Amino acid sequence: MLVIVSIIGFTILHLAPGGPMSQFASDGSMTQADLDRMAETLGLNRPLPVQYLDWAGRMLTGDWGISFRDRQPVLHIITSHLGATVELMASATLIAVVLGIVIGTLGAIRRYSLFDSLATIGAMIALSIPTFWFGLVIIYVFSVGLDWLPPGNRYTVGDGSLLNRLHHLIGPSLVLGLVSTAIWSRYMRSSMLDVINQDYIRTARAKGVSEPRILMRHAMRNAILPMITIAGIQIPSLLSGALVTETVFTWPGMGRLFLDSISYRDYPVVMGILMFSAVLVLLGSLIADLCYSLADPRISRQP
Amino acid sequence: MSQTMLSPPRPRLTSRPLVRRFLSHRLATFGLIAIVALTLACILLPFVLPFSDTQINMRARFTVPFTEFWHPLGTDPMGRDTLARILMAGRISLSIGFAAMLVSMGIGIVVGLTAGFYGGVIGTALMRFVDAMLCFPSIFLILAISALTSPTIPGIILLIAATSWMEVARVVEAQTRSLKIRDYAVAAAAYGARPGRIMLKEILPNAIAPIIVAATLNVANAILAESYISFLGFGIQPPTPSWGNMLNNAQTYLTSAPWLAIVPGFAITLAVTSFNFLGDGLRDALDPRADH
Repeated sequence: MLVIVSIIGFTILHLAPGGPMSQFASDGSMTQADLDRMAETLGLNRPLPVQYLDWAGRMLTGDWGISFRDRQPVLHIITSHLGATVELMASATLIAVVLGIVIGTLGAIRRYSLFDSLATIGAMIALSIPTFWFGLVIIYVFSVGLDWLPPGNRYTVGDGSLLNRLHHLIGPSLVLGLVSTAIWSRYMRSSMLDVINQDYIRTARAKGVSEPRILMRHAMRNAILPMITIAGIQIPSLLSGALVTETVFTWPGMGRLFLDSISYRDYPVVMGILMFSAVLVLLGSLIADLCYSLADPRISRQP
Repeated sequence: MSQTMLSPPRPRLTSRPLVRRFLSHRLATFGLIAIVALTLACILLPFVLPFSDTQINMRARFTVPFTEFWHPLGTDPMGRDTLARILMAGRISLSIGFAAMLVSMGIGIVVGLTAGFYGGVIGTALMRFVDAMLCFPSIFLILAISALTSPTIPGIILLIAATSWMEVARVVEAQTRSLKIRDYAVAAAAYGARPGRIMLKEILPNAIAPIIVAATLNVANAILAESYISFLGFGIQPPTPSWGNMLNNAQTYLTSAPWLAIVPGFAITLAVTSFNFLGDGLRDALDPRADH
């Protein structure tokens, strides 16, 4: 799978008009001879399949190339920006999971109630709001208007305390978490509905087990189980959302790095981030599958 | 809950006419009306307005909305009328949404039909390709290519379509696999119909319901995608207005002129929500068995 993914990524970027050399070609002081020499040094004049094999081989050994922009190794640049993005995605997911489970469960046990309808409509609207616009609204209301939240950055310069960092994290993770919350609550609702209509819930009720206990002990565990796979599927949309959120909140993560790199036509970094995110997506779904089979004994017993 | 425990659950009335079922879904009706209204407004209103979207009026800069009759939604830093710009931007954004949907439907249907009908090596290879494409966060791919090629409007349409056809292909592939073994498809094959004819005349018409649903949701996503890349500065380039790039300029004036951000964002949200509601309603109307 990874092989197909890497071939697609490589082909698209190298066949795009301009190609990897376009950054240098636009520089007027470079003559054609310079360009040719440069292409030869970088190995860009060889046939594409050869270039691909060479590149893929070096990727596997951890040599992801050198950035055109600041001459740093690509892998180093990516990992130094990774922390901020992971922090943002993790807190957004945390918000989304907690809110999504609560909203979804309440919607399921009070099906077709006013709350349920509002949650349904709310989720639909949340899925339709452009992330960047929601970010701007949050900044306008809470930073410009109420002055409760900082309008951007990961921490105040000169103050790296945990509290300060958390304060900066609230806005962007709320914005990034909105879409996921909508998705989580929808899946949680339908999963909960599946569970509470099953026989063992009725049995528990017949035995006189109290409603909250049924919900927490009997239903919740089984309803949350399928959610594990959702977490894996969410990664691509989380990454896309992170890119936009980071731009709006000037958050120094991988998304910002990607945007900066494509403006500079920094091929190695663009390629590196594309592959890195694809690997993250693949890993995410793999881990979700593994966790699911660990959590659900019915699946792990199958050969 | 008037039913007793022992009575079987009442079957849903599948005989209710399609239109009635659709209309009973109020949100879908709202979506449809909003889409029609928005589209008509974008097509017709610019002819009626006293200002064009490009008319600069330095005396009327930063007019606050609802304060002047002729600028109901205010003006921007160059004194251009926000309403006129929103409507012209709507023409661009909505047509990109529709066009990208058509192209991506085309790709998705062809890939899905081929993969589902032939199966085997071809099918596996095509669906593997679909899985691989789904591994890239689509915004990343669109941004990378549009930054490298600085595409024109048709280019952007192709880009959005090229990164959004995979879901359709999956839906069509699944449908095709189950429909090709139905009696009528087998009968057509027995009569000596060519594969292309079976696919287009027998399978496709019977798979049209989920395709229409996917198409509606696809428009919503295409409008969103266009707004994302234009907002980030890699999509539609000013002075051509689009809902996304209007927001890009608005970011600078967030404190002094918030309406510049609020109005286009609201337009995007309204359009996308409407298509999502419509798609959801269509799913209910066209597939009564699905209970989501």
